[in-house]
Amino acid sequence: MLFEAFRLALSTVFRNKLRSFLTVLGIVIGVASVIAMVTVGQGSTAQVQSDVASLGSNLLMVRPGSPGRGPGGGQNDAPPLGLKDVDALLRDIPDIVAATPGSAKMQTAVFGELNHVVQVTGTDNAYFGIRGWTLAFGREFSESELRTGTPVCILGTSTTTALMGEGNPVGTAIRVGKISCEVIGELAKRDASTFGTDDNDTILMPLKAFQRRISGKTDVQTISVTFRDGAKAEDVTESIQSLMRERRKLTGDQNDDFNVFDMKQISSMLTGITGVLTGLLSAVAAISLLVGGIGIMNIMLVSVTERTREIGIRMAVGATESQVLMQFLVEAIVLSLIGGILGILLGLGLGALGSYVLNISFMPDWRIIVASFVFSAVVGVVFGFFPARRAARLDPIEALRHQ
Amino acid sequence: MSDAATDPAPMLELRHLSKVYGVDAAQVYALNDVSLTVTKGEFVAVMGPSGSGKSTAMNILGCLDTATSGQYLLFGSDVSALDRTQRALLRRHFLGFIFQGFNLLARTTALENVELPLIYQGIDPDERHDRAMEALEKVGLQGRARHRPSELSGGQQQRVAIARAIVTKPGLILADEPTGNLDSARGREIMELLVQLNRDEGLSVLMVTHEPDMAAYAHRIVTFVDGRIQSDRIQPDHSKEVAHAV
Repeated sequence: MLFEAFRLALSTVFRNKLRSFLTVLGIVIGVASVIAMVTVGQGSTAQVQSDVASLGSNLLMVRPGSPGRGPGGGQNDAPPLGLKDVDALLRDIPDIVAATPGSAKMQTAVFGELNHVVQVTGTDNAYFGIRGWTLAFGREFSESELRTGTPVCILGTSTTTALMGEGNPVGTAIRVGKISCEVIGELAKRDASTFGTDDNDTILMPLKAFQRRISGKTDVQTISVTFRDGAKAEDVTESIQSLMRERRKLTGDQNDDFNVFDMKQISSMLTGITGVLTGLLSAVAAISLLVGGIGIMNIMLVSVTERTREIGIRMAVGATESQVLMQFLVEAIVLSLIGGILGILLGLGLGALGSYVLNISFMPDWRIIVASFVFSAVVGVVFGFFPARRAARLDPIEALRHQ
Repeated sequence: MSDAATDPAPMLELRHLSKVYGVDAAQVYALNDVSLTVTKGEFVAVMGPSGSGKSTAMNILGCLDTATSGQYLLFGSDVSALDRTQRALLRRHFLGFIFQGFNLLARTTALENVELPLIYQGIDPDERHDRAMEALEKVGLQGRARHRPSELSGGQQQRVAIARAIVTKPGLILADEPTGNLDSARGREIMELLVQLNRDEGLSVLMVTHEPDMAAYAHRIVTFVDGRIQSDRIQPDHSKEVAHAV
C-alpha cells in the first residue's frame, strides 16, 4: 500500500512538472544554500588550518603595536623593533631555537617587458627554516651579502612564472622598485596560501638591502621565532613579553606596545569566525527551508481542494481516512524530497564552484547531505500533515458532490 | 421465521430509521421512521420526487452517512454505530457504487479505474490486473482498457463505473441515477447490463431513479415521499423471476 502511495505520488508530481518545480523551489534554494555554505565553510576552515601548518610549527611572531588589534592591525606609533631585539630573544630565552627579522613592502618587479606587483621581504637565512621553505634552485644569501646589503633576491615560483615563465631564474637580473637585483635562487613551490594570498608569489632579499634600498628605514616589522619542541606556546609567549617589556622599558602600569602572535591561536580564531559565519548563513538558509515548507503546504491545500472529488471517489470505493491521509502526506514528502535532492545537487555544484573561485579545497560533508535529506523529509511531513488531514477528514458525500 | 425457503435472511434491513437535519424548530426530517427489508438477489428501484429522502436513504444504505435514530442491519449485523474507518472497510469489501456522474478518475485509464478498489483491498498487481480485465469483459469493454474516461462515450464511462463496482464481487450494488446522464438508448443498455448482472451473477441491486422506464427493469419499486415510504410493490411481470431467484 505504501508502495502504491509512492507510485501515485510520483505520477501526480510529474504530471504537473512546472507546478511541482515551483513548489519545491523554496526547498531547493534552502538546501542548496546550506550545502554550499557548509561545503565552502569547511573548505576554508581546512585551508586556514593547512596554511597555519605550512607556516611552520612552534611559530610565534612579534610585532610592534598595541595588543588586541589582530595581525597587522591598527596604526603603529609604538617604537619599532630592531635587529638587537632578534639577538636578545635568541640569547635570553633558552626555549627559542631560531629567530628571524622580517620587513615587507609591496613593490613592482620588472623583467624585460613584464611588470608584476609582489610583496618583497627583507630577511636572513633563518627565515627559510622558520617559515618552512626550501630552495628549488640556487643558494641562500651569503654572509657578505647579508652584511653589506647586496641587492640579490630569491623568487617564489609564482613570481618567476609571472615575470619570465617556467624555468630556472637563477642568474637573471630583475628590477625591484628602483633597484636592480640579481636572482640567486628560487623557492620550492608549496601548495599553500596564507589566508588567501599565494605563498609562492614573493621575493626575498637580505634585510639590509631591503632597509637601505626599498623601505629606507632601519626597523624590523616582524620577528618570527621558533621555540623548541615540548615548550608551551603560552610559556614562551610570556617569556617574550617580559623580555620585551624590559627592553622597551615599560613600567608596571603601562600596557604592552607590542604583540606576540601565536599562529595556532589565530587559526583557531579564524576557524571560529568561519564557524560563526557558516552558522549564521545556515540559519538564513533554514528560514528559506521554512518558507519552502509553507510553499508546499500551500500547494498541497490547493491540490486537496482540486482533487476533492477524487478523494470522494477513493473514499466511496473503500479508502479509509488514514489511507487518504497517507496518500497526501506521501505526496508532500515526495515533493520535499525531490526538492531536497535537487537542492543537494545544486548545493554541491555551488560549493564546488565556490571552492574553485576561492581557491580552497572542495570538501563536501556527507553528514550535512544526509541531514538535508532527512530535514527535507521532515519538512514534507510537518507541512504536508495539515493538508493531508484536511483531505482525510472530508465527508465522502460532500466530496462526491464537489465539482 | 424458521423456514429459510419462504423467509430468507434479509440482506439488509432498516428498522425505524430517521435522519434529522437542523436543530429544534428548524428540524427537518429527511427520513422519518423508515423500515425496509431487501433480500439477496433482489433488484430494487427507489423512486420519489426530489427531496423525498431517497438520496439520504441511499447514502445511509451505502454506509456513506449515518442515521440519527433507528437501526441498519447489513448482512445481519448492526452497522448504524460504526465509525468512519469501519464504514470505509464495509464499503471496500461489500458494496459497489454507481453514480449518475460516473465519477471515474479522469487522469487514469479505464483499467486503472477498475483496479482502484482492489488496490485498497491490498490485492497484488497481477491478480488485480486479471480481475479488472475480467470485470471489463463482463461490461463489454475489454478493448478499451487503456483508454482514459475522456476518450470514452458516456455509456462506456458508465460501463467502466459498473466494472469498478462489480470487480470486488460485492454483495450489494448501489446505483444513484445510473442513467441520468445518458440518452434513453444508452440508458436502456446500462439497465440491461444491470439486469443481466443481477440475473447471472446474483448481484443485489438498489437503484435510485426518477425515470419510470428505467424503474420498470426492477423487480420491486419502493417510492419515497416526504421522508417516508409511500409504496413498496413487486412488479407483476417480475414476480415470477423474484420468486425464482428466492
